[in-house]
Amino acid sequence: MGYALQQLINGLTLGATYGLIAIGYTMVYGIIGMINFAHGEIYMIGAFLSVLTYVLCTALGLGPTPLVLLAMLFVSIAFTALYGWAVERIAYRPLRGAPRLAPLISAIGMSIFLQNYVQLTQGARIKSVPPLWQGSLSLWSADDFPVTIGWTQLTVVVVTLIVMTGFAWMITRTAFGRQQRACEQDPKMAALLGIDVDRTISLTFIIGAALAAVAGMMAVLQYGVIDFTIGFIAGIKAFTAAVLGGIGSIPGAMLGGLLIGLVEAFWSAYLSPEYKDVATFSILVLVLLFRPTGLLGKPDVEKV
Amino acid sequence: MTAAALAAPSPLALRLRDALAVTLLGGLLALPFIGLVTVEEGGALAVRTRWSAWAMTLAAIFFGRLALRAALDAWHTRRPARKRAAFSSTDAVLRRAAGTSLLAAALLLPVFFGDNRYVIDTATTLGIYVMLGWGLNVVVGLAGLLDLGYVAFYAVGAYTYALLSTQFGWSFWEALPAAGALAALFGILLGYPVLRLRGDYLAIVTLGFGEIIRVVLLNWTSFSGGPNGIGGIPRPSFFGLPFARSAEGQTFHEFFGLEFSPMHRLIFLYYLIVTLALLTHALVSRLRVLPTGRAWEALREDEIACKSLGINTTTVKLSAFATGAMLAGFAGVFFAARQGFISPESFTFAESATILAIVVLGGMGSQLGVVLAAAVLVVLPEVGRQFADYRMLVFGAAMVTIMAVRPMGLLARREPTVRLNPARSSAP
Repeated sequence: MGYALQQLINGLTLGATYGLIAIGYTMVYGIIGMINFAHGEIYMIGAFLSVLTYVLCTALGLGPTPLVLLAMLFVSIAFTALYGWAVERIAYRPLRGAPRLAPLISAIGMSIFLQNYVQLTQGARIKSVPPLWQGSLSLWSADDFPVTIGWTQLTVVVVTLIVMTGFAWMITRTAFGRQQRACEQDPKMAALLGIDVDRTISLTFIIGAALAAVAGMMAVLQYGVIDFTIGFIAGIKAFTAAVLGGIGSIPGAMLGGLLIGLVEAFWSAYLSPEYKDVATFSILVLVLLFRPTGLLGKPDVEKV
Repeated sequence: MTAAALAAPSPLALRLRDALAVTLLGGLLALPFIGLVTVEEGGALAVRTRWSAWAMTLAAIFFGRLALRAALDAWHTRRPARKRAAFSSTDAVLRRAAGTSLLAAALLLPVFFGDNRYVIDTATTLGIYVMLGWGLNVVVGLAGLLDLGYVAFYAVGAYTYALLSTQFGWSFWEALPAAGALAALFGILLGYPVLRLRGDYLAIVTLGFGEIIRVVLLNWTSFSGGPNGIGGIPRPSFFGLPFARSAEGQTFHEFFGLEFSPMHRLIFLYYLIVTLALLTHALVSRLRVLPTGRAWEALREDEIACKSLGINTTTVKLSAFATGAMLAGFAGVFFAARQGFISPESFTFAESATILAIVVLGGMGSQLGVVLAAAVLVVLPEVGRQFADYRMLVFGAAMVTIMAVRPMGLLARREPTVRLNPARSSAP
């Protein structure tokens, strides 16, 4: 019982990361109808920027304080958002209206480029940082297995909640959110009504990248170990989360992320940790086979 | 000249301003990765600065952008004057001549370099990539399906031969069709749930599948040997004659009365891959003019039109996907037989990306383009170490650039292989 509860906590914190990345996939898919293959690399870039900021702060003599956390968040979001913008500008915008295959290939080229760019500039070896906060909070120890939540895990949950609240507010309440949703429904009509569709698409990439940067920072907090390949698997898993939740649906992406995190945690705990990636992938294939619209998605109607 | 034209800034000033803006953005992007680097020092990470590298990047971006703008402007002003012929006959003659001379070069290579192990080895590797490129060309170039895990089917072929030969004593020629069939079966099983859906799903599912195959091969030690791989894979023999100094029966050099030379086997392997590649080429060329191949090309151009003409798009896509998978399976058998040892390390995403780059750079649908692109991508890393390091970086950038400039690839033309009434349509 205690063990299962512990896995639940682990799975939810893991799922929070996937959910944040999945939102980037689902928003971009919603607005331009394409998978952003470079999104996993954007997450990896966010993680690298967090490590860089953390090391810089330590060099400046700042201890592990909430101030450092804020600095990591700020720097990582700012630069990663710039990368997200650049990806759209270079790999997607020149290909608007091109045959469908062209932007897919250019995005995968972008992904290969970014991965090798980080490898060549920052080195292929893993980067590890000491944990920001040690220790954990004991939740329940009546059973023989004490259930704990680490301070970093707690930070992850709190940061995700804050970011998600702000994001939900932006999508539902602000002018940009309305424009974004309008472009998702019908870009041509939105353009006729005076919405700058190109700008909205750019902003969608920027916001998706910012959320991926938060996810990258949380990966650094939780594991403290990153390398240039982490974007690949995380990207596939977050995409699975987006498909599971229903691609194009933002609450669906978060729900899918949490479910994928739970599946991964329980699969690793009770079955085999080596095959946890296989489990996620099987979910992707099963969802596509039996319910391609996902849990919360709308059916994809093809119009001529 | 109007006043407005006089008041407008000069083209040079505009270009300078544009280059400065791009440099500023590029410099910001490069700052945390090129300008700063985290290095391990005494067990902890420390930040080092690389201002000279950053400054050089800035200069490269600035002048690169200036040159690019100038080139683009020149190209745009020249463009209306140059009317491209849709499909000229000299073009076809040139292609045919290039193809014939490449074929002659391929067949005669061992005659001139028969004693040069390095040349023959590199040429054999090139042959594998050409065959893989032609196989993937069916999926990406003809049917317009993006397969990002092509190397998985290559792995299926390689492991099928490795296991059948080491465990059950199957020969190369017996295992070849079995491996091709198994790879095609994997293609059908994977493609069936996905190909009913939109194209993007196929891309991500194949990406995942390529990784899963590797994970399974790494962890299922009792089946695949795990990270240690499978060794001692028998080499193919010349119609039952082994390439050995001495064997139980007759060996190749004894039968032909030659002096024993280890080069015999390498040259045989080289001709083997050339033959396999030519068979692939013949198969693909035939398929292109058959109803199936024509349906592939039609599907690439317009899926909805295909549906309304009564083409079963799922079956047609599946046939392209399975054909590509089968060809990769054949190439995998050859790879296992040539290396004599295989491990999951040979089947990473980088390999899939390389094959995709060959198809994209060469021009989707162009058989000749694949050969040229494969030659560039295989031979360049041999020229120098620095090329090998930057290889994938350049591939990625080239894929983005080519999609922006010529979405169908460098040598491709978006012409159907078969057309109705050829006499009328080629008339002016």
